[in-house]
Formats: sequence, C-alpha cells, structure tokens
Amino acid sequence: MAKAHVTTTINGDEYEFLCEPQQSLVDVLRNELRLSGTKEGCSTGDCGACSVMMDGRLVCSCLVLAVEAEGKEVETIEGMGTADDLHPLQKRFLEINGLQCGICTPGILVAAKALLEENDNPTESEIRYWLAGNLCRCTGYDKVIRSVQAAAEDMRKG
Amino acid sequence: MDQVRYEAPNSLDAAVGLLSGSDGMAKIFAGGTDVMVQIHSDLIEPDLIVNVKNIPELTGITHSNGSFTVGAATPVVEMQEHKEFCKTWPGVIEGAELIGSVQVKGRSTIVGNLCNASPAADSVPPCIAAGATVRIVGPNGERQAAVEDIVLGPRKTSLEKGEIIVSTTFPARPPHSGDCYLRLTPRTEMDIAIVGAGVNLTLDDAGTCIAARVSLGAVAPRFLLVKECADALIGSKVDDEALAAMAKAASAAADPISDKRGTKEYRIKTAAVMARRAAEKALERAREN
Repeated sequence: MAKAHVTTTINGDEYEFLCEPQQSLVDVLRNELRLSGTKEGCSTGDCGACSVMMDGRLVCSCLVLAVEAEGKEVETIEGMGTADDLHPLQKRFLEINGLQCGICTPGILVAAKALLEENDNPTESEIRYWLAGNLCRCTGYDKVIRSVQAAAEDMRKG
Repeated sequence: MDQVRYEAPNSLDAAVGLLSGSDGMAKIFAGGTDVMVQIHSDLIEPDLIVNVKNIPELTGITHSNGSFTVGAATPVVEMQEHKEFCKTWPGVIEGAELIGSVQVKGRSTIVGNLCNASPAADSVPPCIAAGATVRIVGPNGERQAAVEDIVLGPRKTSLEKGEIIVSTTFPARPPHSGDCYLRLTPRTEMDIAIVGAGVNLTLDDAGTCIAARVSLGAVAPRFLLVKECADALIGSKVDDEALAAMAKAASAAADPISDKRGTKEYRIKTAAVMARRAAEKALERAREN
C-alpha cells in the first residue's frame, strides 16, 4: 500500500505530509515536519513527553497514528509562545526553574496549559493528578507544581 | 515490518466486511492506547488496522428510559464529561478514570479496556457489577452479551473473527441504588491493580438489600462475578454481619497469582478488604438516592 496523504492543521497552519499507515504522529511531527519541540520519551504513553492537543483534547502523540490527524486541529509546543512573547507558563517555568534537562518540559507545558484552560485555579493535588501522566526525572516535581501555580495566578490576574 | 493497510470506514457493514475479509491479523483501532504500544514494541504485526472512530453507532453516549448506551469508540474523557452518566454510575466512572493519565483517557475506551483482556483492567469489574451488556455485530449478524462473558482469560476474548463490539448498555437504575469501584495499587496513580472490586446494590424503601452484584478483578485469570458475595448481601440490611460474610466470600472466590505487585496470599486477603470497602461506599450512595 502506498503512503497515506494527510492534510491537517498544526498550530493554525495547514500542513500536508505523506506517512506510513503505522507511523505515529510524534514521529511525523519530529522527523517529517521538523517540529522537534515535541519530544518522544517512552513511545508507550507512559511519560507524556509527546503531549499535544488534538481537536482540543490532550493526547500522547506517540499513541496517535499520523493518518488520524487528517482533518484535525493539532496544537504543539511550537504554537504556545515565541522567544519574544512567552506564554505565562513558560515565563514562570524559567523563573522558578520548573525544568532541568528540559526533555519533559514541552509535554508538561502543553499538559499544564490544557489544565489551566479547564481550571484556572487548581490545587496542588489537582495539578499533581493532572500531570501524573508527565514524568520528570530531574526536578522532583516541586518546582513544576509551583511554576504552574504561579502561572495560573498570573493568568487569573490577566 | 511489512506494509500495513489502514482503513477508516464510516459504516458498521464496511468495518465488519474489512475485518472478516482479512486473511492476516486485523486489529480494531479506537483509542489505540494498547494497539499502538503493541505495534511499536513488535508484539503484534497487524496486516490491517481498522479505525472505527468514524462509525456513528460507535461514538457518543445516549440516554433513554433511564438506560445509557456508550459507543465503543467513545473516549473515557467523554464519559467523565457526561454529568448524568457520572451521577448515575459513579462506580463505573471510578473504574474508567483509572485507565491511565489525562492524555490516555483522552483516547482510551472502556470497550478497548475490555477487549485488551487484561484481568487487571480497572473499568471492567464496575461494568460487570452494573450488569452492563455489549452489542456485538459480526459477519453472522448481531448479538448481545453480558460484559462478564467477553474475557475468557489473559488476552483471550469470546469475540469471533470479524466481530466488533458496537456499544455498552447500562440498565436503568431502580431507586436506592449505588455502585462503587475500588482498587489496591502500590502507587496512588498510574499503576496496575493488585485487586479491584466493583459493587452495585439496590435497597428497598426499608433499607433491605434487594439486588447486588459484586465483581473482582486481578485475582483470577478472568474477571469474577461472585454470586456468593451477592447472596451474602441480598436480604440483609448490609450490616456488619452481611459485610463480613460478603468479604469472606470475596477471599474464597479469589484465585490469584503472585507477581511483583503482590503475592497470592496478599491478594486473597485484600480482595476481602476492597470488596467490603466498595460495598460500604455503594451502600452510602444507595441510601442517598
């Protein structure tokens, strides 16, 4: 069977690509489209490094077939902020050192943004449960939680 | 890996035709949270992947005459967002919510959890306790089955080649009914059950238990629907004595293995503890409505 032709929207821009039927979305994002902000950690949906939004749902892009992106709206870390205009979460993660090596960070930022869109004032416990699918082997999570809380406060103040 | 064929039909007939007409390994793909892992770790090499998420009968939740029907490709997150379902079947939601992280629940389905046929699947015991049934369509027509009749053992189901589970139906709820699912794990989140217990019971106006179903997971090769547990509750006021008898019956029914999460002895002992706690919570809920 020939490669599949997929048309999708990523961070508001239309993309077209060819992929193998069994290829994962994270593989295509990184290796075909060169959107390498999304990281691949475990490839089994356990670590959350590949978290992206698809049609408004937080998903692991390693568990999504690239062909499934046809006609969908995908949002990745590349759509979250720019170097000159960081998202409040990105600002606070930098200030509070909510990251060390940085591999898990894009996934955590995408997941945390999804949380704050649903709940603008989450408790520590709510943040920990929401981010249970995002593993970090460096920080011990404390600064991650504090960064999310600080960003939530910034965003509530507007 | 050889070339895989991918199809995303938009009718049940087309999906059944593809699955029953395939010579090699055909995999139904809904949430994909098990299938993707199996493909990428080379556990399976499907020749055909059939994405069933475009088939109308498999998507969404419908509510009529008190019963709920959940399309087989409906992700757990949509069940969590359905207020009426959550209010009616809190125990089913408790099980479904344990399937994985927020990311995984955005994709995974309770029917996928069932058909993956792990005896430790968290959403299955509460569905069995609820008396849920599944609608199955295949090359020889349509049939209904109780959820407890689907999993035959680890990775084995009673589904025939070409058959698809279309939806799960939860029966209408009599007054004074409550359910609960509890499980024991080494961690508080993102882990696999050592023991899982789903309890569903109904009281009469005087508070006597008139119906009960108790299902255990992770303590046998199959999910258990333990009649002796139900018998211990039915006819009682669900008092200490009845709960103790039910807990004892849960331990007696357990036939687990030892693994890194827990020994056989530990699972047998905690089956009683989890069943009792789940029954106490189900009772509390039954008294509230």
